[in-house]
Amino acid sequence: MSDEEDDIVLSELSNEELVQQMHDDLYDGLKDEILEGVNILLGRGWQPYQVLTEALVEGMRIVGIDFRDGILFVPEVLLAANAMKGGMGILKPLLAETGAPKQGKMVIGTVKGDIHDIGKNLVSMMMEGAGFEVVDLGINNPAENYLEALEKEDADILGMSALLTTTMPYMKVVIDELKAKGIRENYVVLVGGAPLNEEFGKAIGADAYCRDAAVAVETAKEYMAQRLHNQ
Amino acid sequence: MRRGGARRDRTVESITLPSDDLADDVLVECPVSISSNPKSVPRTLLIACGALAREILAIIEINGLSGMALECLPATLHNHPERIPEAVREKVRAARARGIEDVHVVYADCGTGGSLDRVCEEEGVTRIAGPHCYAFFDGLDAFASRSEEEIGALFLTDFFARQFDALLWKGLGLDRHPELRDMYFGNYDRVVHLAQTDDPVLDDKARAAAARLGLRYVRRKTGYGELADFVTRFALA
Repeated sequence: MSDEEDDIVLSELSNEELVQQMHDDLYDGLKDEILEGVNILLGRGWQPYQVLTEALVEGMRIVGIDFRDGILFVPEVLLAANAMKGGMGILKPLLAETGAPKQGKMVIGTVKGDIHDIGKNLVSMMMEGAGFEVVDLGINNPAENYLEALEKEDADILGMSALLTTTMPYMKVVIDELKAKGIRENYVVLVGGAPLNEEFGKAIGADAYCRDAAVAVETAKEYMAQRLHNQ
Repeated sequence: MRRGGARRDRTVESITLPSDDLADDVLVECPVSISSNPKSVPRTLLIACGALAREILAIIEINGLSGMALECLPATLHNHPERIPEAVREKVRAARARGIEDVHVVYADCGTGGSLDRVCEEEGVTRIAGPHCYAFFDGLDAFASRSEEEIGALFLTDFFARQFDALLWKGLGLDRHPELRDMYFGNYDRVVHLAQTDDPVLDDKARAAAARLGLRYVRRKTGYGELADFVTRFALA
């Protein structure tokens, strides 16, 4: 960081400048600066939902684009996500109090036999940022975990993640179980993970394969809009 | 070790190294070609991951196999498995263009999600069976039978023990951001060193890698496992 950048005092920036600076700070994974920026905007009377969407989600959207284009890599995305998570920690309880708009509810988890959760955690965070309620089941989930949670939470969307070639076929086991119980059509099923592709998603009967967290959010929004339209 | 300053130039398609001069940092980053007689067209070509070069050469040497050549893609592809299938296809086609018909692929699925198998089928070449190199070193059945018990295992072969810094620590950005360690490895509980050779120096490296990741260390001697069966099968065919 240059001396000039060191001299930036967030509290002295205008709202527009501060939001732009927060995008840069998210890009650079500067968690402390993000926490400070969130508190400044809240102190200036911004609604939590506005802070979330304009400062954090928009900043992560830029990070996502540069990750997709090969400009940023996984470590940088993780640092950015960690910074956003810090900001979300301040905003989440406030969002609950202020009744931010809800897009829908998602149950998400890594499948049985798999302990990898970086991608799944990114999707969870970005879905929450986009206004979805997310029930995160964590890692190594057998089919019954998903089915119980979908019913209990009255969810709209099922998200499944896998990093391993050996575990990704388990997604089909879960989808087949939904079919066997006659409830497959009650849910939008989104799948993701490094070894997956669109062809695999279709072959196992998912609604969509999502290449990254940003695609997952957009896909989820589209399906929820369709559902509203069809009601 | 690097030779001739252009080694890292991506335009250099291949290099030739005698087998006793193989250096892991070359295998990590560069394509490598090794042939017992570079002037003649080999009968059989193995296209492999750079992480397997040393082991394949050892199998060839131990079994006195002849007429075989080895071409390795950079082991860094391990961190970008989506690039492996087309890189293999390119190698296969280049080999065919040189008149080599007997071509085999020494890559496990390696996180390609079946894409590598599709390329192998399209190009008419065989691939060693298994989801990962860890699995065929360990033995596919044994590896599968332990999958539940070892769900929290991070596997290191000799190569990955040797190259832990370059491929894992630096490859994942932990040299610059060690605070990310638990985001990557927080769900793991052990490092399992699948040892191809008895080498106390490598054991120490693998043990140190486990310590840096905050995981317990387990060593399991596998030898060359099913890799040896695969390589010798085509030499004898």
